Amino acid sequence: MSVPANRPTRSARLRSAWNTTAALLILAVLLFPVYWMLNTALQPESSIAATQWFPTAPSLKNFDTAISTQGGSLLTSLGVALGAVVVCLALAAPAAYGLAQFGLRGGQGIVFTTLITQMVPGIVIANAMYSAYAELGLVNSYLGLILADASLGLPFAIVLLRAFMVSIPTEVVEAAMVDGANRFTAFVRIVLPMSRNSLITAGLFTFLFAWSDFIFALTLNTTDDVKPITLGIYQFVGAHVSDWGAVMATAVLSAVPAAVLLVVAQKYIAAGITGGSVK
Amino acid sequence: MTTITSIAPANATGKTHTRTHRAPRRQRLLRWLFVAPALAYMALFFGYPLVNNIVMSFQRYTPKTYFTGEAPFNGLDNWRAVFANELFTDAVWHTMLFTVGSLLGQFTIGLALAVFFSRRFRLSGMVRAVLLLPWLVPMVVSAVVWRRILDQEHGMLNTVLHAVGLVPADGVPWLSSPSVALLSAVLVNIWIGIPFNMVILYGGLQEIPRDVYEAAALDGSGPWRTFRSITLPMLRPVITVVLVLGFMSTVKILDLILALTSGGPADSTQTLGTVTYQLSFLQLDFGQGAVVGNVLILISAVFAVLYLRANRADFGKGK
Repeated sequence: MSVPANRPTRSARLRSAWNTTAALLILAVLLFPVYWMLNTALQPESSIAATQWFPTAPSLKNFDTAISTQGGSLLTSLGVALGAVVVCLALAAPAAYGLAQFGLRGGQGIVFTTLITQMVPGIVIANAMYSAYAELGLVNSYLGLILADASLGLPFAIVLLRAFMVSIPTEVVEAAMVDGANRFTAFVRIVLPMSRNSLITAGLFTFLFAWSDFIFALTLNTTDDVKPITLGIYQFVGAHVSDWGAVMATAVLSAVPAAVLLVVAQKYIAAGITGGSVK
Repeated sequence: MTTITSIAPANATGKTHTRTHRAPRRQRLLRWLFVAPALAYMALFFGYPLVNNIVMSFQRYTPKTYFTGEAPFNGLDNWRAVFANELFTDAVWHTMLFTVGSLLGQFTIGLALAVFFSRRFRLSGMVRAVLLLPWLVPMVVSAVVWRRILDQEHGMLNTVLHAVGLVPADGVPWLSSPSVALLSAVLVNIWIGIPFNMVILYGGLQEIPRDVYEAAALDGSGPWRTFRSITLPMLRPVITVVLVLGFMSTVKILDLILALTSGGPADSTQTLGTVTYQLSFLQLDFGQGAVVGNVLILISAVFAVLYLRANRADFGKGK
């Protein structure tokens, strides 16, 4: 009785099965808090005493509360994060192209500076920007928060896009320019479509950074006019700490973008983490 | 900011290389238009705060400043006040413990998982991807979830630990006792940081050529010996990058701690980040807040140098 050569042996298959089991166990342990968040959110009675292990009688009541009290904040976060993506990519894409392709004098120095800016703590930026924001009337404004949140993704986006655009052959753009396009239209029509994947990656991460932002939301807003979900849940847990079900339902809703992107855009997420020095 | 201002004139008068020697000045200027908006933005959002934070640390800010706009210079008063403040000294110590503890935990577990997932088995890729979730969820949200799990009376952690007989019925006061709260914050931050460490280290492991391992196996080297003599040394550049990046993101953490403990109980989880926030935005003394911010920048700067040295090989590439 011989084993076909190209099929894994029985012991190899057994080892693989053991490893898969161990991996699922690791997953269960590490993702337990995520399960607990969902589980608590689905149990309306969990506010009173200890939470049950399983949502035996699941109910969406907590989600009703969450949406009616925090729905506006979710929309604010969505708007601010999308705005930050637009600002960030509009600034980063041409800059990355210039740094990658023009051989500008001092270009290396700029890339170097860009790398360093990733290390400036957010609270330091907030500390210094607050007075400037107050004078410019940007405190409690969507524009102010969008501009501040764009700074979270910009260095990353420049570094990531530049790394990609370095590999675009100069001939491609030159050919377009021979046909009469100027440098800017060539950039828009040729370079941007070619960079589609890295633009998506940079955009996704900027979105996630802006969606997760808490420091700017907390410091650059003094009223409730502009309240992203991170600030919303922070205030909510402070005021309604007894209603854990509703708090957890809010937590679930604010974790949705991360979960969706992880499933839908796995490829880009992986590219972003390995391709750049993230966070 | 200095980089930006010194580059433009140098370019206007200097020669350009590549095939652009015929490019007129106007065209060279147009090329800078691609980079200029991003540079201006970075000067505003990174350069200005860095400079202004230093200036502010020598100014006297009071709540009145926001009506009158007056912030007179007061020499080293803010610096003296901050350094004499016991909360600051404590925060330095807490920041150190928090950072070192978090890095140790994140890195060790991240490396162990990276090695484990380097084996070939079914679902490996899928599980690795899903493990990223804790890292992608907003930190405030994670902190809020953990606050529930670590609750002394109704928290699930104490319930389980009590059921297996590890803790008495009244449980461990994870977040409400000054002697345990910082450790709890470290544990939560380890949980948040594991995926990032795992993914980067996993990538590094894939870069190590297979035949090196085959050679070691032929020489009769056991798994532990192979790990110590081959894997660790060959992974060194990646390890440096992971640790330095981890350090820089951990040392400034603010949201996790605010949402988990608000710096309490009894200031036992105050770090440089939370103290900066407290001084500036709660006590409205932006001058003293700036002092702590500057200390934070100084610490980050030391590690920025380390990071750039670790990244030097990468940095030289490209045009």
